[in-house]
Amino acid sequence: MARYDRAITVFSPDGHLFQVEYALEAVRKGNAAVGVRGTDTIVLGVEKKSTAKLQDSRSVRKIVNLDKHIALACAGLKADARVLINRARIECQSHRLTVEDPVTVEYITRYIAGLQQKYTQSGGVRPFGLSTLIIGFDPYTGAPSLYQTDPSGTFSAWKANSTGRNSNSIREFLEKNYKETSGQETVKLAIRALLEVVESGGKNIEIAVMTKEDGLRQLEEEEIDAIVAEIEAEKAAAEAAKKAPAKDT
Amino acid sequence: MPNPCKQTPNTKEDAPSHFPSSGCSQEIPFHNSSSFFSHRKMKLDTSSLESSALTSRGIGIGAEIADAPAFQVPEVADFDGFQKAAVQMVKPAKGTTTLAFIFKEGVMVAADSRASMGGYISSQSVKKIIEINPYLLGTMAGGAADCQFWHRNLGIKCRLHELANKRRISVTGASKLLANILYSYRGMGLSVGTMIAGWDETGPGLYYVDSEGGRLKGTRFSVGSGSPYAYGVLDSGYSYDMSVEEAAELARRAIYHATFRDGASGGVASVYHVGPEGWKKLSGDDVGELHYKYYPVVPNTVEQEMVEV
Repeated sequence: MARYDRAITVFSPDGHLFQVEYALEAVRKGNAAVGVRGTDTIVLGVEKKSTAKLQDSRSVRKIVNLDKHIALACAGLKADARVLINRARIECQSHRLTVEDPVTVEYITRYIAGLQQKYTQSGGVRPFGLSTLIIGFDPYTGAPSLYQTDPSGTFSAWKANSTGRNSNSIREFLEKNYKETSGQETVKLAIRALLEVVESGGKNIEIAVMTKEDGLRQLEEEEIDAIVAEIEAEKAAAEAAKKAPAKDT
Repeated sequence: MPNPCKQTPNTKEDAPSHFPSSGCSQEIPFHNSSSFFSHRKMKLDTSSLESSALTSRGIGIGAEIADAPAFQVPEVADFDGFQKAAVQMVKPAKGTTTLAFIFKEGVMVAADSRASMGGYISSQSVKKIIEINPYLLGTMAGGAADCQFWHRNLGIKCRLHELANKRRISVTGASKLLANILYSYRGMGLSVGTMIAGWDETGPGLYYVDSEGGRLKGTRFSVGSGSPYAYGVLDSGYSYDMSVEEAAELARRAIYHATFRDGASGGVASVYHVGPEGWKKLSGDDVGELHYKYYPVVPNTVEQEMVEV
C-alpha cells in the first residue's frame, strides 16, 4: 500500500485515496471543536491550547466570521484554514455582488466542500487538512443551520456535531444528551459537550454564540467561567439527588 | 508619375492601417487627424477584456465580467469612429413600445408586436414578451436576436440556480445576472433594452436592464421608440390600488396610443400579468380593432335620404 500514497490523484487497489485519509488523520490530531444548533441560537466551541505567556491570545481566534450571518470553526491545519477562510469570505461577497443576496449556509458550505474536493482531484496539490463546522442563519427563512465539511469534500447538515481530537466521545455525549434548546441552554449544552474532553476552565475553551439579530458574539473568559461554574453546580446537585433517594430506602 | 500615396476617397472602414513608410509626406485630406498614427497598428485599451489575475486559480469575483470574450478587432485608421458607425448600423433604433409597472396585484407587462427595418414593416406578429420561466418575464426592445438569445440564456442560468440552491432565483438576482453579462459585452454592439418582471419571495419585482450595462429598479418603465406616448397615458392613469382588469386596460390603452402615434410600433397589443402564481397572458388585441373600440365611428346624420319610389 505504500506505493499508493505519493500522488493523491491515484486510487489504491482497494479504492482508497490515501492522502485524503491521511488528511483526516491530521484533523483527528487537531483541537476539538463542537457545534450545537438550537432553535434560535447556534453555538460553536473550540478547545484552546493554553497560550504561551508572551503570545497575544487575541491574534489566535479560532472561530471566525465568513459574513455577517455565517461563522466557521475548524479542526486541523490552521494555515490551511486561513486560505480556505479567505476564499470563502471572497465567495460570500462575490455572491452578494452577482445576485444581490447574502449566501445561504448551504451555499457557502457547498462552496467550501467543493474547494476541498477540488484539491483531492488536482495534480501537484495536497488536500486541505481540516474539517470545518459552519453555522449560520438562512437570510430569508431565518432558520438556523449547522454544517460540517471534511477533507474529502463531503458535507452534511447536523443538529450537533464535533470534530478534531476525541470527537467520537463528544459526539457520543451529544447523541445521549441532545435535545432542542434555545438561548443559554444551547450554550450550556455545547460547553458541557466540550468539557467531556477538555480541562475545565474559561482559559481552555473558546465559545462563540450566533443569534439572528446580533450575529456572532465571542464569549469572554469570565462569562465562560461563570457558565462552567453553573454546570459544575448542576452536576453536583444531580449527584447529590442521586445519592439522596438511596438513603431513604 | 504615379503618386504612391494617392488614394481614392473612401469610407473609414476601408482605410488601410499601414502606408508605405517613406515618401508619403503629402497631405491626404480625406483622412482625419488620426491618420498620422495609422502607419503603426492601433493600440487599443483591452484591459477590461483581459482575464484579471484574480480569476486564475478559480477565484470567481464576478466571473461573468472576467470571462468577457476577446476577439480580433479590425485594423482601421479610426477605430473609435468605425466602432460608432458599426454600432449605429447594427443597433436598430429600438422601434417598439414595451411597458411594465408594479401595482397592488403584481406586475403588468405589455408590448406591441411590430418589427420594422427602416420604413419597411417586416412583421406585425413578433413576440416581444419573452417567457423566461413560469414566474419571470422579459421584454424585447432593440435587437430581436440579442434579446431572444440572452433571455433564453438567462432562463438557463435561472434554472441552474434553482437546481443548485433548491430555491427559485429572485428577480433581483436574475436581473443582476443579465446585467453582468450585458456589461461584459459592453461596446461590442449588443442592443438590448429589456425589462425583467417577476414575482419572488419578496413580492413583485421589476428591473430595467440595457446593453450599456445599466440596471434600474423601479415601479414603472416603458422602453422603445413609442415609450414617450406610452408614458403619457401610463403615468396619467396609474394608481397603485388598481384591480387586475383596470391595470390591464391601462396597459392596453398605453400601448394602443403609442402605436397610434409611433410608426415603428403596431400590430398586436399583448398584455401579461405576473402574480404570486406566475405569469398569465391576459389579452392580445389588434391595435386597429382597439382604435375603433376606443373611438367608434359616429355615423353622420343624413338630412335627406334618397328612396326608391
